[in-house]
Amino acid sequence: MNAGVALRDLAGGSCLGGGLAALAGRSVLVAAHDQLRTALALIELDGIARRLVLCTPDFPLEYLPGVVATAEIDAAISDRPEVRNAIVGVDTWIEPSTSVVPGAVARGPARPTEWILFTSGTMGAPKMVVHTLATLAGAIRPGSELARPAVWCTFYDIRRFGGLQIFLRALLGDGSLVLSTPDEPSDDFLARVRSCGVTHITGTPSHWRRALLSPAAREIAPAYARLSGEIADQGILDSLRAAYPRAKIAHAFASTEAGVAFEVDDGRAGFPATLLAPQDGPVQLKMHDGSLRIRSPRAALRYLGEHAEPLADADGFIDTGDMLELRGDRYHFVGRRGGIINVGGLKIHPEEVEAVINRHPRVRFSLVKARKNPLTGAIVVADVVLTQEPGDAESVAAKEALKREILAACRSTLPLHKVPASIHIVPSLRLTAAGKVARSDA
Amino acid sequence: MSIESTIRNHLEEVARECNSDLAPLTDDLLLTKSGLDSLGWAIVVTRLEEALGVDPFAELEQSHFPTTLGDFVRIYEDAAT
Repeated sequence: MNAGVALRDLAGGSCLGGGLAALAGRSVLVAAHDQLRTALALIELDGIARRLVLCTPDFPLEYLPGVVATAEIDAAISDRPEVRNAIVGVDTWIEPSTSVVPGAVARGPARPTEWILFTSGTMGAPKMVVHTLATLAGAIRPGSELARPAVWCTFYDIRRFGGLQIFLRALLGDGSLVLSTPDEPSDDFLARVRSCGVTHITGTPSHWRRALLSPAAREIAPAYARLSGEIADQGILDSLRAAYPRAKIAHAFASTEAGVAFEVDDGRAGFPATLLAPQDGPVQLKMHDGSLRIRSPRAALRYLGEHAEPLADADGFIDTGDMLELRGDRYHFVGRRGGIINVGGLKIHPEEVEAVINRHPRVRFSLVKARKNPLTGAIVVADVVLTQEPGDAESVAAKEALKREILAACRSTLPLHKVPASIHIVPSLRLTAAGKVARSDA
Repeated sequence: MSIESTIRNHLEEVARECNSDLAPLTDDLLLTKSGLDSLGWAIVVTRLEEALGVDPFAELEQSHFPTTLGDFVRIYEDAAT
């Protein structure tokens, strides 16, 4: 079912059933069942509410009372009964809809609404960061440089930072947005992408890898393919270049805390070392203690909460936790600070090994994990998803040959302790709700 | 193929991959003098678990670790029965 709302209709009315005026100056939880209703609520709330808290679809309900207290929530736009049952003390509940009720909506002088987003990937209660439309849209150049309006599409859910960026790009760039859902099979999603005439697509490298496994990936012709959220290794960049020879392929470094920092579109993994030199622009990058630090007007303003830790250091730089390595004139991302595997005292970033494995032409996806070993503490093993070839029924012998090739490639590039002790060929890899490959120990 | 042959084959394969010179594989060969370092042995143990379906080291106390090749083969033969 293709549901949609035209923005010009929304300009002359409201989807909130007359409840918008009551939300002026308040702290509003946005917890709608689907992305479309969420999108409409965000458009209506900005400039009216003091604060909006963007709830992700899988947000653990047990943390909601804490969120209500910390963010001082006193109103909610939600059609999810389980959310309503999880909290007390919020007396204004508005059901979001996709039907625009025409009629003048009194809009006073616009407030600088705080957009509260949750950070992913943390243990325990998710942390909240404070953004505004100015920080979120800071990387979006005004006006459209395109001959015709873009049709945007994202694998992400727009309630997460990566997806929210695309939502804003579509909105502010006078384009349309095609939404996706996580349970939709790749084939169906890509068929919709084709029929809607999508020109711009973004997602994580894992989202793209999963899409490329589907034959329907060859039926679309985007003008612009963007990657963010995970390390974009040379393997996926080359695969996308081969699949979409006429597209512009770009990978962006962005996080909920640091905002959209920079974009690379030269087809190579990593970024030029010159970016770490003082820049003219508003975004400054540096490396400290091995990780990338960013100072940017597009970064979140602070963590929300009385006892919240500082987001940036004394000079305003945020530690991204992403580790860098200089190779020649280019910096490469080698992994997360917290994700190091220790093999007999030697340290390994799983992403670094995956980048090598992913360069094999028959590899679509890989996941490197630590496996407990009594002799060295841990040892490195890899799960590998192969590309789909037509008429594929890989014999055992053929698979063994591929494994040997992959291991040989690893041995020629990596020191011995980083070479996987064994490789398993698997049919698929699990992605987190944020679209990143799910990591856990073997 | 016997367990002993499987172990020998894997030792030889890993030694090739690690560019190590494997000492002659006799029963009384001290593992520390085998030519494979602890990383090499860790790889062998991982591959043997997949080949034989057992990892006797998972439950083994450090003090009971085998010292010779003969001991090593025996703990696998015991685990597989």
